[in-house]
Amino acid sequence: MQAYLIRRLLALFPTLLFVSLIVFGSIRLIPGNVVDLMLAQNDVSTGQDRERVEAALGLDRPITVQYFVWLGDALQGDLGKSLWQGTSVAAELAARVPITFELGFLALIVALTTALPIGVYSALRQDTAGDYLTRSFSLLMLAIPGFWLGTLVMVFPSVWWRWAPELDDPPFFQNPLKNLSHMLVPAILLGLSLSAVTMRITRTMMLEVMRQDYIRTARAKGVGEVLLVVRHALRNGLIPVVTLVGLQAPVLIGGSVIMEQIFVIPGMGLLLLEAVFSRDYPVVSGVFLIVGVGVLLINLAVDLSYGFLDPKVRHQ
Amino acid sequence: MDLLVRLVRDKPLGAAGGAVFVFFLLCGIFTGVLAPQGLNETDLYHRLESPSPDFLLGTDHLGRDVLSRVLYGAQISMIVALLAAGLATVVSIAIGIVSGYFGGRTDLIIQRFVDAWMVFPGLVLLIVVISIVGAGLTQMVIILGLQYGIAGSRMVRSAAVTVREQMYVHAAQSIGARSLHTLVRHVLPNVMPVVIVLFTTRIGLVILSEAGLSFLGLGIPPPATTWGGLLSGTGRTYMYLGPWLALAPGLCLTIVVFAVNVLGDALRDLLDPRMRGSQ
Repeated sequence: MQAYLIRRLLALFPTLLFVSLIVFGSIRLIPGNVVDLMLAQNDVSTGQDRERVEAALGLDRPITVQYFVWLGDALQGDLGKSLWQGTSVAAELAARVPITFELGFLALIVALTTALPIGVYSALRQDTAGDYLTRSFSLLMLAIPGFWLGTLVMVFPSVWWRWAPELDDPPFFQNPLKNLSHMLVPAILLGLSLSAVTMRITRTMMLEVMRQDYIRTARAKGVGEVLLVVRHALRNGLIPVVTLVGLQAPVLIGGSVIMEQIFVIPGMGLLLLEAVFSRDYPVVSGVFLIVGVGVLLINLAVDLSYGFLDPKVRHQ
Repeated sequence: MDLLVRLVRDKPLGAAGGAVFVFFLLCGIFTGVLAPQGLNETDLYHRLESPSPDFLLGTDHLGRDVLSRVLYGAQISMIVALLAAGLATVVSIAIGIVSGYFGGRTDLIIQRFVDAWMVFPGLVLLIVVISIVGAGLTQMVIILGLQYGIAGSRMVRSAAVTVREQMYVHAAQSIGARSLHTLVRHVLPNVMPVVIVLFTTRIGLVILSEAGLSFLGLGIPPPATTWGGLLSGTGRTYMYLGPWLALAPGLCLTIVVFAVNVLGDALRDLLDPRMRGSQ
């Protein structure tokens, strides 16, 4: 188990290196670069000013030096300052990330509490009407764009019943109930597509596991059907489900950008969009980096969880 | 041709999905003939009219015919879908075959890069890149092609790894065939089943991504009309007065993506038993 842990941690470094290169490279690719943008904003454009600004930002140094300075700063939690507000990007992120995390976490709960029971049901009743219904539903959920569902939820209830989703958003610890009522609709919408994917894999895995010999043995010695599913089948069937949920973390984050935009949730996604439209590149790259590192850590956590879920990994 | 016959015979649902996609493709090709109104033709006497025999899907706040706009949206969607999915497939083939066939250090470095790439949520990556290169049809196709090409290269790679160990590849190598020759003549044809499935599934992903970006205002800028764009921007405020505005573009998106996904599932079952049941 310990060796496994260490191996996983070591494997993280090359990926992290490439992640940092992708983020750094993307900032440097900006056409007309940030300096022009800043100079244009301040109505000064003599050659000297340009050099001074470049020197102040460290842009006159070789690209490799710039990379290591940037990396060093990032490692110390310094992600630079917003071009327009002058606020620290790290502080801004610290305020926004928990909100997106809450949305993602609620969506995950919605997805799992719907997908697991339905997926198991679908597998146990293979090829019945119920199975076909849930399978078609999950295929449909994979095709419906989240932003359209969100739009429908905003428009139709308001036209028909004068009802609109809550858009006022107090922080969770100030007013938990009101906060949750704001988050609920976007979380359900965000959870639906994840639920569809999870349902499909749960069904496939359960079908596979239920055909195994040890299930037949358990059944033969008289284990009840409920216990059989919960204790014997699910524990093995769930391992790939955990992997899948981990792999879906990026999808969840991407989807939350859209939900935050529709439901005006001041999370990381909305921050990214605001920054993109105001060309606030330090903020854009800050969000970009945090998202990348965050997903990497989630993947690591998923890998490590095998150690607990799968005895084969534990005893390697 | 043989594949088409098998599809219709063994997977009628998949074939139906394919037919629906072809229908939208034809709508895209013949938009100019089919659309009752021009792309941005306004008719201020018929503003925000609900669906009627004159305007089958109603009109928007400037009196533009929604049906025509949806048809023009289909055109953009289909152009982006085919070009970007095509580019993505080519990129996947290039990366996957090289990485899988050569193996060793080349494979290791390429795969760590792909790992890092896959860490970023597709949508976030697309938003960041578009903030850098700007919005537009060409950029959209290239970015979506690269994004899904790199992500999909895994599937081609694992197929190429299997092919590499086949007798005929060793035979080609032992009579001194150059790498490029072996790759094109021996490896490529044998990963084709995976490539066909990959191309089909990319179409759905690309259409959804393009629509999502357009919805966020980062897609192909007006005057072009896209399904995602029809659901965003100023149109949104008028949806409360004309709810039909919110229906058609989203419905088209859902139907096309659903159809392509069903087709993709069917092709996967027919061509590549190993991938059956996986997402």
